[in-house]
Amino acid sequence: MNWGDVWGAMFGGVGDYGEILALVSNSVWAGAVLGLVGGLIGVFVMQRDMAFAVHGISELSFAGAAAALLLGADAVTGSIVGSLVAAALIGWLGARARERNSIIGVLMPFGLGLGILFLSLYPGRSANRFSLLTGQIVTVQNGQLGWLILIGGVVLVGLVLLWRPLRFDSLDPQAAAARGVPVRWVSLAFMLLLGLVVAVAVHIIGALLVMALVVTPAAAAMRVTAGPLAVPLLAALFGVAAAVGGILLAVMGELPVSPYITTISFAIYLACRAVGARRDRVTRSL
Amino acid sequence: METEQTGAPLVIERAALRRGSRTLWSGLDLTVRPGELIAVLGPSGSGKTTLLRAILGLDRLSDGRITALGEPVHRAGNRRIGYIPQQRPLPPDTSMRARDLVQLGVDGHRFGIPIPRRDDRARVDELLVTAGAATFADRPVGLLSGGEQQRLRVAQALADRPRLLLCDEPLTSLDLANQEAVVRMIDRHRRESQAAVLLVTHDINPVLGKVDRILYLAGGRFTLGAPRDVLRSDVLTDLYGAAVFVMRAGNRLVVVGAPDAEASHHHHEGEHE
Repeated sequence: MNWGDVWGAMFGGVGDYGEILALVSNSVWAGAVLGLVGGLIGVFVMQRDMAFAVHGISELSFAGAAAALLLGADAVTGSIVGSLVAAALIGWLGARARERNSIIGVLMPFGLGLGILFLSLYPGRSANRFSLLTGQIVTVQNGQLGWLILIGGVVLVGLVLLWRPLRFDSLDPQAAAARGVPVRWVSLAFMLLLGLVVAVAVHIIGALLVMALVVTPAAAAMRVTAGPLAVPLLAALFGVAAAVGGILLAVMGELPVSPYITTISFAIYLACRAVGARRDRVTRSL
Repeated sequence: METEQTGAPLVIERAALRRGSRTLWSGLDLTVRPGELIAVLGPSGSGKTTLLRAILGLDRLSDGRITALGEPVHRAGNRRIGYIPQQRPLPPDTSMRARDLVQLGVDGHRFGIPIPRRDDRARVDELLVTAGAATFADRPVGLLSGGEQQRLRVAQALADRPRLLLCDEPLTSLDLANQEAVVRMIDRHRRESQAAVLLVTHDINPVLGKVDRILYLAGGRFTLGAPRDVLRSDVLTDLYGAAVFVMRAGNRLVVVGAPDAEASHHHHEGEHE
């Protein structure tokens, strides 16, 4: 390995950074929107213990996108269809955590296998194939970026409108149901919103790494605070920082975006753990 | 509204619950008066939780009719009824403060943009005081003791000043001080709002001084009556079909020999499902 090559791959584009940035500005916006809604929905993913479900949905989303490529259809549409089917299946069949995990465990390899099959049959460029698994936002076309941003906006509005019943149901589904919250519909709506977020994330950081933007930021935020406003705001901030920061760093060179995003996200999590551990010690000694 | 204010908060007629071919109880008629506290006793799996959930419209009985607060039960959930579900400890990293847990009782059912209202906040503060939780109102709930969490859940259930309150094992695994605090909260609400209370418990002693009547479900049947008429060796022996002794120790009662599946009690969270 030549360190000069590594340096070139990471920072080779610094000289033309301004021009590159102008070219990828829509990607940055898509990343920002995804970071925001990923962080927000992550709070509920954590509370409902659904990290594994996120992974399961993303593999079927990948299969959907791969099928769309093979059929010559739009990959974003394909990933949304895959996501929503997975989310609906998990929401419908797996009301209880235990059943849910077994259903996801069954669906996930099947989805991944299907996706790999479709990609091997796909005659197009091999770079495109790989990007659905590990992400490459800068290769997504502008028209599709517009869609990703729009979907992010829809999820944001949906989450805000569902906010209180969703919080109630996530904490204590029995008490929520007793208070007349339509818990089945709320859960299903949540799954569909989660499916949409995952479909967007597949195109930005890839099916295998979706959790870095949908789970990690919220997990980090929950380490340092418990406030009802502080947790979602902080999680959204972390998500945006990881997504936007990752894209901005990645376009300096020719390496993919995903490792930057996952590294920033993980670094934020480590920092929050350190701060949280310190806070716990202080609280206990009081 | 007039009839509802003066009428019985809860009327159960000819209720029956069967699981497969097994009858848990049948022919249950129960009219609960305003301000009355009825303790529901019985072994695990005797349908106590299902009875409460049927009143809320969340579960169905095999037979019979329930009228709660003047209306027949017709849909899932009823905001006018207070409900304290069986306790589950909250995970330590729950992103919610004591105040937020109580707040769910005030606005947790509302859809739409979550903008806090001033009178909601005042009501939450009031409830926190009732729960003796003012000193830890802003602490994360996951870090509170089981007793503190339970007092908050009682406060949540009382948010709308319900005239019918259903409590499912509200005292389980609480220390004595917290048991007393929870009983005090429930009893005070009952007296101030003339609310009817149905309280499922496996230990009658913490509420014995407050109970008006006991509904005892066991052996495929039930017994309903004043504590002194139900908590008797001959009555319970007849109900269980096994030798059961009720002994008096000071002003407390001890039931000995009841074939209660208490050992499996903590493993049947899904009893109602």
